[in-house]
Amino acid sequence: MRSASSRVLSSTLLWPLLVLLGLLVVNVAANPGFIEVRVQDGRLFGSLVDIVRNGAPVLLIALGMTLVIATRGIDLSVGAVAAIGGAVACVHMVSAPDESALGTAIVACGLALATCVALGLWNGFLVSVLGIQPIIATLVLLVAGRGLAMLVTDGQITTVNNESFRTIGVGFVLGLPVAALVAWAVFALTALLVRRTALGMLVEAVGINPEASRLAGVRAVTIRWTVYVFSGFCAGLAGLMIAANTSAADANNAGLWIELDAILAVVIGGTSLAGGRFSLAGTFVGALLITTLAATIPNIGIPSETNYLFKAVVVIVVCLLQSPKARAVLRRRRTASATPAPPEGPPAGDPAPAGESSAPTLAKAGTR
Amino acid sequence: MAHLESVKPTSAPAGGPPGDPVVAMDDISISFGAVRALDGVSVRLYPGEVHALMGENGAGKSTLIKALTGVYGIDSGTVTVEGRQVRLASPSAAQEAGISTVYQEVNLCTNLTVAENMMLGREPRFLGAINTRAMNRRARATLDRLGLDVDPASTLGDHPIAVQQLVAIARAVDVDAKVLILDEPTSSLDADEVEKLFTVMRRLRAAGVAIVFVSHFLDQIFEITDRMTILRNGRLVGERMTADLTQLELVQLMIGRELEVLEKLERELDAEDAGPASSEPVLRAVGLGRKGSLLATDLEVRPGEVVGLAGLLGSGRTELARLLFGADTSDTGTLEVSGRRTRLRAPRQAIDRKVAFLSENRRSEGVIGDLSVADNMLLALQATRGWLRPIPSATRRRLVDEYIEALDIRPADPDALMRNLSGGNQQKVLLARWLITEPDLLILDEPTRGIDVGAKAQIQQLVADLARRGLGVVFISAELEEVLRLSDRVVTMRDRRKIDERSNVDVAVGDVLEIIAGDARAEEVGARA
Repeated sequence: MRSASSRVLSSTLLWPLLVLLGLLVVNVAANPGFIEVRVQDGRLFGSLVDIVRNGAPVLLIALGMTLVIATRGIDLSVGAVAAIGGAVACVHMVSAPDESALGTAIVACGLALATCVALGLWNGFLVSVLGIQPIIATLVLLVAGRGLAMLVTDGQITTVNNESFRTIGVGFVLGLPVAALVAWAVFALTALLVRRTALGMLVEAVGINPEASRLAGVRAVTIRWTVYVFSGFCAGLAGLMIAANTSAADANNAGLWIELDAILAVVIGGTSLAGGRFSLAGTFVGALLITTLAATIPNIGIPSETNYLFKAVVVIVVCLLQSPKARAVLRRRRTASATPAPPEGPPAGDPAPAGESSAPTLAKAGTR
Repeated sequence: MAHLESVKPTSAPAGGPPGDPVVAMDDISISFGAVRALDGVSVRLYPGEVHALMGENGAGKSTLIKALTGVYGIDSGTVTVEGRQVRLASPSAAQEAGISTVYQEVNLCTNLTVAENMMLGREPRFLGAINTRAMNRRARATLDRLGLDVDPASTLGDHPIAVQQLVAIARAVDVDAKVLILDEPTSSLDADEVEKLFTVMRRLRAAGVAIVFVSHFLDQIFEITDRMTILRNGRLVGERMTADLTQLELVQLMIGRELEVLEKLERELDAEDAGPASSEPVLRAVGLGRKGSLLATDLEVRPGEVVGLAGLLGSGRTELARLLFGADTSDTGTLEVSGRRTRLRAPRQAIDRKVAFLSENRRSEGVIGDLSVADNMLLALQATRGWLRPIPSATRRRLVDEYIEALDIRPADPDALMRNLSGGNQQKVLLARWLITEPDLLILDEPTRGIDVGAKAQIQQLVADLARRGLGVVFISAELEEVLRLSDRVVTMRDRRKIDERSNVDVAVGDVLEIIAGDARAEEVGARA
């Protein structure tokens, strides 16, 4: 029983879940209506429903990002790719003979996703074939991508009039927001694909030790390439949702900084940026936490000029709670108040003793 | 197994050691969960003495070293440094107490200069800025003291591993270490480099440093150490003077019964009739070469045949193995696998043709540390099946259980993380990874390096069994005895090419040494073997 409780306590998911719960409590305390979910015209209404709906793009992008990060990579271009996806779809619809037809919307979405997959192919090519560091390779599109989106939209905010397209962003099916349903479906399918096939294990193997994986016959290049393509696809889908939400493609602002939210969601979910083991469930919770946080800021009346600060504080708290070292220090403080304090020192069982051996002396040299 | 009792330092006193120990660890116990890694172990280290820490993998050597260097906390027992009881709570505390460590894998910054590495964190400063001239001068003085001719201003990464290791030792010396721990320092060094290391060690010993030396090479233990502490299964077996022991006695102390296995194996292998049936070769390389690593080389391996590759480090034996597996691509020559002409551009193509390759770099090219033992074992098979066809869980369990039992892998837990296993057990898991793919040709590059005698015997036995079942095996080892024990044919490499090939009939270690060294160096190397 003790081991079960300690396993729960050391689970990386526990703290994000508790913080999520805490945020909900704070919200309800500030505004009891927050928790309410009403049924109106056969659909659900309420702040929680909004969170789920608005969180769909981040969730999708974080999903792609999780797999990319698991292979020791990172994809900074997702926000720009999302903007390109939205731009391609909107421009196609505006220039189509029948702007409001369902067929037009379908073709537009297909075109947009194909474009984003192509951009993912580009990223993957740079990283897996040419061996360019992921952060640099994807920085190219982060910088250039919005320019591409501007080219597509001619620098205008392109508004479209197509109800079918709009449904992706704001529609409801069976009382639930379509955006969330789509995101969850993609998420669930991916989780199934990754864990029921050997893909997850191979992705992890490549992330943990690329050379050993290659020598064991794993097609490491293909796997790394694939995750960037998938990340591009997720970004495209997210871009469609963002565009559909306002029925407009805004090359400058669609999906701005969303890559950072997605990376945060992945890290909060317990997947290390160093690659290797990943947790899709963790990413799900992480994305939910990030979106809830965004909704909390206006809800509890935090002045808008401090909202980034607030976000930063919450994220830091989550990261500290997850860090084994920080937890060890906290635990020692607790026991120290009961028993005489032992001499200070870094926690035992740390890897890389030689790295450690030089660190303290460095610190000393720096502070003298 | 007759061995030299000749070159023995005379400084070692016969009865008790002189003076007080610089470090005494008494009755140390450490547990990890339910596992008792160390159980009441005591070690004494005296100044001016090379002390061997002996034991199989998993005997507790690493744990003891980590306790001494402050990486692990101890559960019970005391550590005394120069008569004062201390608590080594962290690596920095251990370092302040004068205990320095040089690990098997050199933990230095290869992109910095030699001097920068030696002075890292203690750079001489002038007005806050690093005084490079003074730093290089001080580094030079320390290197000179050790008799090392290395330019302090050169980049560390430009030097071979052996020199990097010596620089790591120089760094430890520069902090005035009283105790220097050398954990498997010789495992990737060739004979000349080992000699250089030993020269440095002798100088340090003369200067009064207590040196802890961990190595799997028994010859080296007997050449350089004065005293030893022997561990088995986390317990102390005893403390002996090296001069009082023969190799055989030492091995018996370390492993007890496993020695019989090794001797039995030797008898069995001798009894076997040499040479397999002359069938179609499973592998035929003609003029295989690669610019900068291997000159055109021919090689044939038949089913059921063990071909041993002998030669020094850098002679081309590993390079040849990598070309045969497609780990590197060849520029010249042709390769036939099971009679079919192939050009290998990636390991995957070799695996599809039933070739398997166990790399000499277990950690960087084999082990997937954060995955489980089961995943590590099944990785190659899974890779050949492709990600869409996962291995059914029943098959998975059957294969993993079968190989854990067959290869005696400990802990026998499929879900244990690979990185928590000892070196020998990791090696067995990697062997299982390849055996599960049911290869026709198995290329083993230093499969027994850095693992204990017990596991070594098991792996050698396995290789012999596999060959008997019809596998072709390419066996590479720096230990000639091992190559000769197992091989049907011995191929000798030097200067990136094959220089000799002969049937293993009455070939003696000395014969191969002569071939490797030419006449000039035969005596020098032979004296060490």
